[in-house]
Amino acid sequence: MKETQMKDRLPSRQLRKRRLQEWLGVVAGRGVLIVVNVLALGIFCGLLWKAGPILQAIPLCDLLFSSDWHPLKNSFGLFPFIVGTLAVTGLAMLMAIPVCLLASVYLAEYAGRRFRELARLVIDILAGIPSVIYGLCGILVIVPFVAWLGDRAGAATTGYSLLAGGLVLAVMVIPFIISISVEVLRMVPDPVRESALALGATRWETVKYVVLRKAKRGLLAAVVLGFARAFGETMAVLMVVGNVAEVPASVFDPAYPLPALIANNYGEVMSIPLYDAALMTAALILMLVVAFFSLTAHYTLMRIGAANE
Amino acid sequence: MSKIEVKSLSVSFGSHQVLRDINLTIPDRQIVAIIGPSGCGKTTLLKSLNRLLDLNEDVSVAGDIFVDGENIYAPGMDVTVLRKKVGFLPQRPYPLPMSIFQNVAFGPRIHGLDASRGASDEKAEKKDMSALVEHYLRLAGLWEEVKDRLHAPAAKLSIGQQQRLALARVLSIEPEVILADEPTSALDPISAKLVETQFRILKKDYTIILVTHILRQARRLGDYIVFLYMGDLVEHEPAAQFFSSPRDEKTRAYINGEIS
Repeated sequence: MKETQMKDRLPSRQLRKRRLQEWLGVVAGRGVLIVVNVLALGIFCGLLWKAGPILQAIPLCDLLFSSDWHPLKNSFGLFPFIVGTLAVTGLAMLMAIPVCLLASVYLAEYAGRRFRELARLVIDILAGIPSVIYGLCGILVIVPFVAWLGDRAGAATTGYSLLAGGLVLAVMVIPFIISISVEVLRMVPDPVRESALALGATRWETVKYVVLRKAKRGLLAAVVLGFARAFGETMAVLMVVGNVAEVPASVFDPAYPLPALIANNYGEVMSIPLYDAALMTAALILMLVVAFFSLTAHYTLMRIGAANE
Repeated sequence: MSKIEVKSLSVSFGSHQVLRDINLTIPDRQIVAIIGPSGCGKTTLLKSLNRLLDLNEDVSVAGDIFVDGENIYAPGMDVTVLRKKVGFLPQRPYPLPMSIFQNVAFGPRIHGLDASRGASDEKAEKKDMSALVEHYLRLAGLWEEVKDRLHAPAAKLSIGQQQRLALARVLSIEPEVILADEPTSALDPISAKLVETQFRILKKDYTIILVTHILRQARRLGDYIVFLYMGDLVEHEPAAQFFSSPRDEKTRAYINGEIS
């Protein structure tokens, strides 16, 4: 009798090896994920800890709403930087949204498959260009253009301004927003379009009354994601926006957004005790705002995806 | 009298041929049932009749279809005009993302069908549109169930109600032909019966072309039967003759449930 039962048999070498591989795979995967998650939390806690001194020394309200930025005199009003960030991002979104809406509607609803795929390729390439290159193009093209424009408008400007920053930023977020918007529009089920087209609606009527209505939450999420991305964009904006710590009065004035503040100054004036903490506070604000918008937008997109399944 | 004439129609998606050389005459003001096993091209034939097929990117259509003597595949044909004349009721209702009222008003609005067109004051216009909406909801047998919540989102209705809303929507553009793609397949038996009842009433004024995979439904409703098998038109004739003395062996087998 050579019969042996499965449980009696000792695991062969090969089987043990396979089990070990399986176990290692799971453990390694889980471990890496835990590290990544802890990292996010760690960055947040680190920033909070480093920002601690100034948060204790100066009331938050003063920190956020005072325009007085004189690190040497121990006054750290972040207001000009907050306004600078909001203005440059807002301006960029204002210019980007109409372009993105038109382009993504065309790509999702009108364009043939081949053109759509080609356009997507180009858009992906655009989205992948390093931001320093956008900054260079900004200096070479957009800054002189804004200077010329300011000259025409009778505003004294070097060209390094809110408007230049907004334009560069708009160009940078456009491919990003288009890419998500096209996805969102493609998620609207085809039979819904068919319902309207079958009634004799034109493509445009179908888009306007049906597709855009169905997709509006997703499109909003795409815009919010673009906003979050623009909000934190550092390099390209820093290169063209002028970097003067004052609340800009017009689009031709220079501005100084939070990311540029941090990138330009960190590590420089470490002898001033609270300076370091002030920059950390700026970083903390940046991170919280970006995280908040990204999370809400992703959550919205996930829910739409689930609802369409 | 014939309403629609299909002449040597062939349709393929990419390299896959779905319909082969279909020749068919469809009579006016009757219920024409297109039957056959699933995947035999019923829906494709139906959707070729108001060019909804055009929405597929890799479709190619050869042959001609005449509606009231007019070739709908001729260049220069305006599909919006065609689709207003030849309405379509899908297999599953997809309400437009708006209220019940607006779902029915959508068609008349885009085609400028409301009687008050050019009416001076907004009130008169509203009243006329209300009358239209009520009329079509009654025709579709839905009015009594929704009259108190016309401005609720259409997505809130049950699927059987949504299907009758879809019917009201089709009727609202005053088509002459209604194409219906298995309109009761997603419905419970009671809703299905309601829709069938409406069809019997509607055939007095409309030509109804109905795709169904339910043989009994074709028997109950059909005045004229079109039988497709694997992309070929096997047999088409008045229902009585089709069911009592089928000519083709395949038809006989299908009626007897030997092939499905």
